[in-house]
Amino acid sequence: NRFSRRKKLIGSSQNDLYDHCLQFYGQPPLENISLTEFETFAVERLKLLKTVENLGVSCVKNSEQYTKKLDAEISRISEYEKRRKDHISHFILRLAYCQTEDLRRWFIQQEMDLFRYRFNDLHSKHKTDFLHKNNLKYETVSAEEKKSLQDKLIASSYGLSGTKVEEHDVPFQDALDLVRTRKVYLLAGNAYIPHHEIVTIVLNDFRTRLSKALAMTARSLPAVQSDERLQPLLSHLSHAYVGQDYSIQKNIGKISLEQIDALSGKSFPLCMRHLHKALRENHHLRHGGRMQYGLFLKGIGLSLEQALQFWRSEFVKGKVDADKFDKAYAYSVRHMFGKEGKRTDYTPYSCMKVILSNPPSQGDYHGCPFRHSDPELLKQKLQNYKVSPSGINQILELVKGMHYQLACQKYFELTHNVEDAGFSLNHPNQYFTESQKLLSGGRDIKKEVDMSQRSQENPASVTRPSQANSKQAHEEMGDLDSFFQDE
Amino acid sequence: MSTSDYDPACLPDLLPLYYRRLFPFSQYYRWLSYGGVSKNYFQNREYQSFTTQNELEKEMQKMVPYKIDIGAVYSHRPSQHNAVKSGTFQALEKELVFDIDMTDYDDVRRCCSAADICSKCWTLMTIAIRILDRALREDFGFHHLLWVYSGRRGVHCWVCDDAARKLSVAARSAVAEYLSLVKGGEETVRKVVLSDPIHPFINHSLSVVERYFQQYAIVDQDILGSKESVDKVLAVLPEDILSFPDLAVSFKDEKDPMKRWNLLCDLVLRKKSNSKKGGQYFDKEIMLQYCYPRLDVNVSKGVNHLLKSPFSVHPKTGRISVPIDLKELDTFDPFEVPTISLICEELEKPRAEEAEEDDMKDKENEQEAGERRRIRDYKRTSLAKYVKVFDRFLEAMARSRKGEMLKKSDLQKDF
Repeated sequence: NRFSRRKKLIGSSQNDLYDHCLQFYGQPPLENISLTEFETFAVERLKLLKTVENLGVSCVKNSEQYTKKLDAEISRISEYEKRRKDHISHFILRLAYCQTEDLRRWFIQQEMDLFRYRFNDLHSKHKTDFLHKNNLKYETVSAEEKKSLQDKLIASSYGLSGTKVEEHDVPFQDALDLVRTRKVYLLAGNAYIPHHEIVTIVLNDFRTRLSKALAMTARSLPAVQSDERLQPLLSHLSHAYVGQDYSIQKNIGKISLEQIDALSGKSFPLCMRHLHKALRENHHLRHGGRMQYGLFLKGIGLSLEQALQFWRSEFVKGKVDADKFDKAYAYSVRHMFGKEGKRTDYTPYSCMKVILSNPPSQGDYHGCPFRHSDPELLKQKLQNYKVSPSGINQILELVKGMHYQLACQKYFELTHNVEDAGFSLNHPNQYFTESQKLLSGGRDIKKEVDMSQRSQENPASVTRPSQANSKQAHEEMGDLDSFFQDE
Repeated sequence: MSTSDYDPACLPDLLPLYYRRLFPFSQYYRWLSYGGVSKNYFQNREYQSFTTQNELEKEMQKMVPYKIDIGAVYSHRPSQHNAVKSGTFQALEKELVFDIDMTDYDDVRRCCSAADICSKCWTLMTIAIRILDRALREDFGFHHLLWVYSGRRGVHCWVCDDAARKLSVAARSAVAEYLSLVKGGEETVRKVVLSDPIHPFINHSLSVVERYFQQYAIVDQDILGSKESVDKVLAVLPEDILSFPDLAVSFKDEKDPMKRWNLLCDLVLRKKSNSKKGGQYFDKEIMLQYCYPRLDVNVSKGVNHLLKSPFSVHPKTGRISVPIDLKELDTFDPFEVPTISLICEELEKPRAEEAEEDDMKDKENEQEAGERRRIRDYKRTSLAKYVKVFDRFLEAMARSRKGEMLKKSDLQKDF
């Protein structure tokens, strides 16, 4: 269903539509919105979900620290507007995130965490309101039954005071998280839930509904994608990177080709280090690798002439002679710099894009090593790069939890010998910039870190720290040459 | 003699006979068709799917499968597999299954290892069946459980309730994890960790284990006999217990394993009364680590996972995968389970007189005759009592399905 084709909402139901701050997203929005709103709402929600994700890994979920930080991120506009935006943006992101298993899993996880945070935030009365409004009447266990099961109930519900608290019984399929960890008493297929655990049940419900809805959305997607206005927006969203895109080159020519080998060890993220090494060893890279690495190099400041020289000199050492290079490969390098044809897609790839699109196959070296490498091989590589065993374990844990960018961030912290990277990694060029900043700094580093922390705490700004500091970074880059004189 | 020497080389000759005259097709087909949707299964690594019993019989007799694995019910017939976009090809229904394999207990049994089993370690299977059967029925409310001997070193459980068949992957994994207590691989020494409060499920399981523990672990497995095995047991204990001066001394003095076990249990009581926290359960932990069922969560989780079919023949041992009668669980002996050689041999035994009368009737109606002959045939072999167990199981399912349908039609007021 195309949003812009729907009729405007009919009056009276508008009052009921947003009468609660929380909803299950059972009904899609019916109003008209502009394409700008479409994109803005979606991007804002995406930023919020990414914040949820980052907080969820860096803090204990639902701890005070977590809640405070999340509070700070939720902007302060009118309640009605907020709820309307919440409604619409959720459905837009469904369109973008229903397409693959990976996208669906990510989306469901963040939406669940967000929902849990908001549900827990509700007053008890509002919680009950919510349950009633959504026809979630969980059976209450009768007093006699409770008495007869008393010992067993106490033995299975941690921290429960027993008779005073209401118990609900639901089919065990609705309380899987509690069943899995044996935190609930089971009898004849029913789980006996103490009232305070009701959020777990509600969440289970939420997840089931959303999962089904996404599957259905995926089926009707072709109809939506055929709308030319929406297709590019949706595609952008699912590969979305919500920060600086490094498409506008800064510091062109500040890096010389001779520095690249050293830089690859010091300041390149693992994916690019991997690509550079493969290029040096094989004197060749396939298309996927050339794109990912070539655009990255452009992003760190290589000029077109430098890039051509770089690729040609390497390829010529291999099976490609200078003529063939000029005929076959030079074109695509120029393309990357916008000098050929009219391509829109020559911005350096963000982490999301590297992780989610174009998985590498045999003979490829592109992709994200944390996502695409076998953990054993990843471990070996990290060992070769002299990462400590405990560091490697931390990285592997993050990989197991599918937090690939955080794993890379951890790699940054370990190789730069800092406890906290001070930024949220989303882009390989961001990695490079931050690394250079760190390595060339001194007194300035502390200032940088303070500034980035302050901007994270400021609720009014939803921009990433790196954006606030990009001017600083630009100035810092000037010291690059002097730093390498010691080598 | 119950095994009758089985030689794997004879399998190619015995199998056709087995499928022609012994395999209980009508019961098997009934079971497969309980989904109401035609089931799909693999034979020799090819998809097969059938809609009638005749088709099933003919195909199996033609193919003479060495391996029959059962998988899920799919939403489209497999031949459409390539034509249909992947992802829309959903496994709709599949029983909830459990696979208990004796090799998973190698770190705690001393009598055998790997593929071997003996009457001493078989007790582990008995314990596993009792614990899981109770939990699946009482905690989860399932009714139709079929326990099958795998033919060599383990047992499988098929939970066939409608509700079980409809479980999502997440639900299957949650059930399997609820039932898992022994965690950790080779690097983990202490594989069971108990803390207050102890869930009723664990208490139920413990009471089963306690019934068997002394005879099984202390006597048969002799876990507190030699120094080597004692060390293994002690390795699981917490630091402060090991440092109890009494422990080392008493174990030196007391050679009787039973008394040693009692000493350990005494230590638990003493520790409990001394420490403020209470709830040191290491005696229970030891019992569970040595006896509690070890299931492979991945088998239960996977809707697309395949499990060996009941009444298939194990190629290495020749034994038939037979259903286990829980009423006679304590006397079940895997070494008494008939092999294909045995039952084929039993077929050749001279027939009773009544058989000749039936022969006359046979000539009148060929197909029916085939059925009857087959019914007569397996009934003459050791396979008979196992097919009876299967029959009882199927009858219970049929009764409950009738009950469900009556309920439904009552609700719809269909008369």
